[in-house]
Amino acid sequence: MPIEFEAPKPITQAQFVLKTVADEMMRPKSRYFDEHEHEIPWDYIEFMHSAMKAMGGSALAPREGSNGSEESDNDKRPPIGYQLIAAQLEALSWGDVGMYHCLPGGGLGAAAVYSAGTPEQRAKFLARFNEDKPTFAAMCITEAGAGSDNSAIRTRAVLDEKTNEWIINGEKIFVTGGDKSFTEYEKLGKGFIVVWASIDPAAKRAGMRAFVVEGGTPGVKVTKLENKMGIRVSDTAAISLVDARVPFENILGSPTVETNTAGFKKAMATFDATRPLVAATGVGVARAALEFLKEKLVEKGVQIRYGLPRQKLTNIEREVIDMDVMLKSAWLMVIKAVWMADNKIPNALESSMSKVKAGDVSTKVTQKVVEILGPLGYSREFLAEKWFRDAKITDIYEGTGQINRLVVARNILGYSGKDLR
Amino acid sequence: MYSFDPTEEQQMLIDAVNKFAVNDLRSAAHEAEEGRVLPKKLINKGWELGLLQASIPETYGGFGERSAVTGVLALEEMAFGDLAGTLAVTTPSLFAMPILIAGTEDQKQAYLSKIIEGEWVPFTAALIEYAFDFDPNELKTTATLEGKDYILNGEKAFVPFANEAEMILVYANLGGQTQAFILPKGAAGLTVSDEREKLMGLNALPMYRVKFDGVKVPVSNRLGGVQGMDFEQVLASMRIAAASAAVGVANAAFEYSKDYAKEREVFGVKVAQKQAIAFMLAEMRTEIEATRLLTWEAAWKIDRGREDASNDAYLAYTGAMDMVMMVTDRAVQILGGHGYIREHPVEMWMRNGRGFAAFTGLAIV
Repeated sequence: MPIEFEAPKPITQAQFVLKTVADEMMRPKSRYFDEHEHEIPWDYIEFMHSAMKAMGGSALAPREGSNGSEESDNDKRPPIGYQLIAAQLEALSWGDVGMYHCLPGGGLGAAAVYSAGTPEQRAKFLARFNEDKPTFAAMCITEAGAGSDNSAIRTRAVLDEKTNEWIINGEKIFVTGGDKSFTEYEKLGKGFIVVWASIDPAAKRAGMRAFVVEGGTPGVKVTKLENKMGIRVSDTAAISLVDARVPFENILGSPTVETNTAGFKKAMATFDATRPLVAATGVGVARAALEFLKEKLVEKGVQIRYGLPRQKLTNIEREVIDMDVMLKSAWLMVIKAVWMADNKIPNALESSMSKVKAGDVSTKVTQKVVEILGPLGYSREFLAEKWFRDAKITDIYEGTGQINRLVVARNILGYSGKDLR
Repeated sequence: MYSFDPTEEQQMLIDAVNKFAVNDLRSAAHEAEEGRVLPKKLINKGWELGLLQASIPETYGGFGERSAVTGVLALEEMAFGDLAGTLAVTTPSLFAMPILIAGTEDQKQAYLSKIIEGEWVPFTAALIEYAFDFDPNELKTTATLEGKDYILNGEKAFVPFANEAEMILVYANLGGQTQAFILPKGAAGLTVSDEREKLMGLNALPMYRVKFDGVKVPVSNRLGGVQGMDFEQVLASMRIAAASAAVGVANAAFEYSKDYAKEREVFGVKVAQKQAIAFMLAEMRTEIEATRLLTWEAAWKIDRGREDASNDAYLAYTGAMDMVMMVTDRAVQILGGHGYIREHPVEMWMRNGRGFAAFTGLAIV
C-alpha cells in the first residue's frame, strides 16, 4: 500500500468513544485519586470491564490469542491490532495516565505470556481476562539492584525435581499493578504476575526466564505500595517471594539453559511491541496539557497566528507552535512503529525512537504548559500540574530515555552491547 | 489506513535519484561551492531524471501527474547529495508547478510543454524580498491594476538564474493578497543585478536581485487569470519542498558524521563508542525521522486536498528548520576540528542548514 495517513475507521471510532469515557469517567475523578493515593477506583474498573466486554475484549490482552492457537492469530488479528491499541492508550491517557493503568486486563504480564509463551500457555493464562470479574496481570522485572540493566536480576528459580515445581526466591520492586494482579480482592478475578528469575546465575542472560505466578501463591507477598510523584492511582508494588512454589509448566519458553541468549532476546523483544504503546500514553497526556493551554489562551483572547514567519511570532506563539510540531511528530513516530509491528516488520529502531521522542515530548510539553500558565499552571485547582507529574513517568518506565537512546544508537551504528556499553 | 511504504514506482524513482545524488551531485558539490559554479552538464543530468516531467500530465507534454508525496520523496533524496545542485536542477519547477497548481487552462497550454520539452532551460520565480521581516503573505513588491495591465514595483532577492531566465514568475502584493505574474525575459522596467547574491551558503547556485520599476504585465499573465490564485496552496507546496530538502541535508550530515565516528579512534576505541557521541547520533536520527513523517503527512494531505494541509505544511517546515540546524550543527561537532575544515562537507551542510529559515520559495513540489 502506498504512503497514507488516513486513520482507519476502527481507530477513529475508538477515539470517539474513549473521548467520552475520558470526559465522563476519568477527568472528574482525576484529582480525587491523585489526592487519595492507594485507593482503588472500583467504579471506573467495573465500568471499563463491562464496557470492554461489550465491545468484545479487553485492551492489551491479546484477545484473539486466548484460545491459544497460532492459526487463529493470523486469521483474526486485524493488521491494525497494535495501531488500535496505541490509539486507545493515547485516548485514555488524554483522560488520565494513572487511570489508564487501572484498565482491567493483562497488561504487560499478558504481553509477556503472549510473546514468550507456548500456545498451551497462552490458552491457559490468557482466557481469564474476558471473564465476569475484572482481572489484572503484571510484570515483575525490576529489583533494587537491577533496573534498566535487567541482566543483573538476582531472583532465583530452582527446580524441585521431587515435586516438579519451581522454587522462587527474590525481591521485586516497581511492579505496576502488582497489587491488583496478585492480591485477592473480592471484586476482582484471579490474576497473575510474571516474575523474571534466573535458573542458572552462571549463565547470566542465557539463564534468565519468566514465570507465571498465580495470584495468592503462598510465600509471595506485596510488601509495599510506593508513594509516587504522579500516576498515583496506579499501584506500584514491591513483591517478595520466599520459597514460592510454582508448577513446572509455568515457565515461559524453554526450561533448559541454552548457550546463547536467544531466549532472553526473544523476551526482550516484548519491548519492541510495548515501547511505542508506552510512547502513545506520553503523547496522550501531552495532548491533554497542550489542549488545555490552548483553551485558556482562547479564553484570554490570545490568538496563535499559524502561518506567520517565525521572526514575526510572539514568544507564546512560538512555544505553542513548537509544541504542536513535537506532539504531531511524536504521534506519527508511534503510529509508524506500531504499523511495523502489525505488519511484522522488525521495528526495534522505530520502536525505541518513538519512545525517545514521546518521552521527551511529554515531559517538555507538560513542563512548558505549567510554565506558560504561571500560577494557574502551578495550582492544584487545575490538572496541568498533575499532568506534569504524570508525564514524567513516560520518560522512565519501559526503558528510560537514556536506555532507549542506547538502543537507537546501537541500531544505527550496528553495534552490539559490547561495542557500545 | 496508515501505511509508510512508497509504491514500487516511487521506490524506483528514489533509487534513481539517489544514484544521481551520490554519484554526481555529491562528488561535484565541493568544487561547485568553492568555484561558485555548477556545470550545466550536471544540471542536465539531474533534469533527465524527469522529476518535473513526471508531475505534468500528457495533455501538457509530460508523462505523469502531480504527487506531492512523490515530490518530497524525490527532493529529500536529491538534497541528500547536494542542496545547491538540487535547487538548480529543480529551478524550472518554481515556474512550472504554480502554473500546474493554479494556472488557467491557457497558461498551462502556453507554458508547461515549453518548459519540459527539451534540455534544462532556466525558468524561475521570485518570491523572497530583502527584509528581516519578510513574509510571503505580506509582500512589499506591489501589483496595481491600471487599465488592462498590472504594474509591478519593488525588488526581489535570491532569484535563481535570473540573469539567463527565459521567464520569471513574480509574486507581488495585490491589494493585500499575494498573487503571481508571468514575466518574459527583458520586460521593460525589469532589471537583474550584475552582481550575484553573496550568501553564507549555496554559493554554487547563481542567484540575483531583480528590480521592477513600473513593469507592465497584461491581465492574461496573472497566474490563475482574472480570479487569480489561492496562494495558500502554492505556499504549502513550497513549505513541504523546503522541509523535505532539509531532511535530505540533515540525513547527509547524519550519515557522514556517523561514518566518521565509526572510523575515528579516541583513547583506544572508536569515537562512536562513546555514549556522548552515540547519544547525539541517536537523537539526530530520531529528529530526522520526526520531520520526515511530518513532511510525508503534509504532502499526503496536499494530494488529498485536505483543508488542514497548509497548516500541516507550515508545521513541517517549522519543525524542519530547527531540526536541520540541530543535526548539521552536531555533525560538525562530532567531527570536531575536522568538521570546521572545508575539506569535509559538514560545515557546508551546516551553513546550508541555517538557510532553510530563509529558503521559502526556492523549491516547490
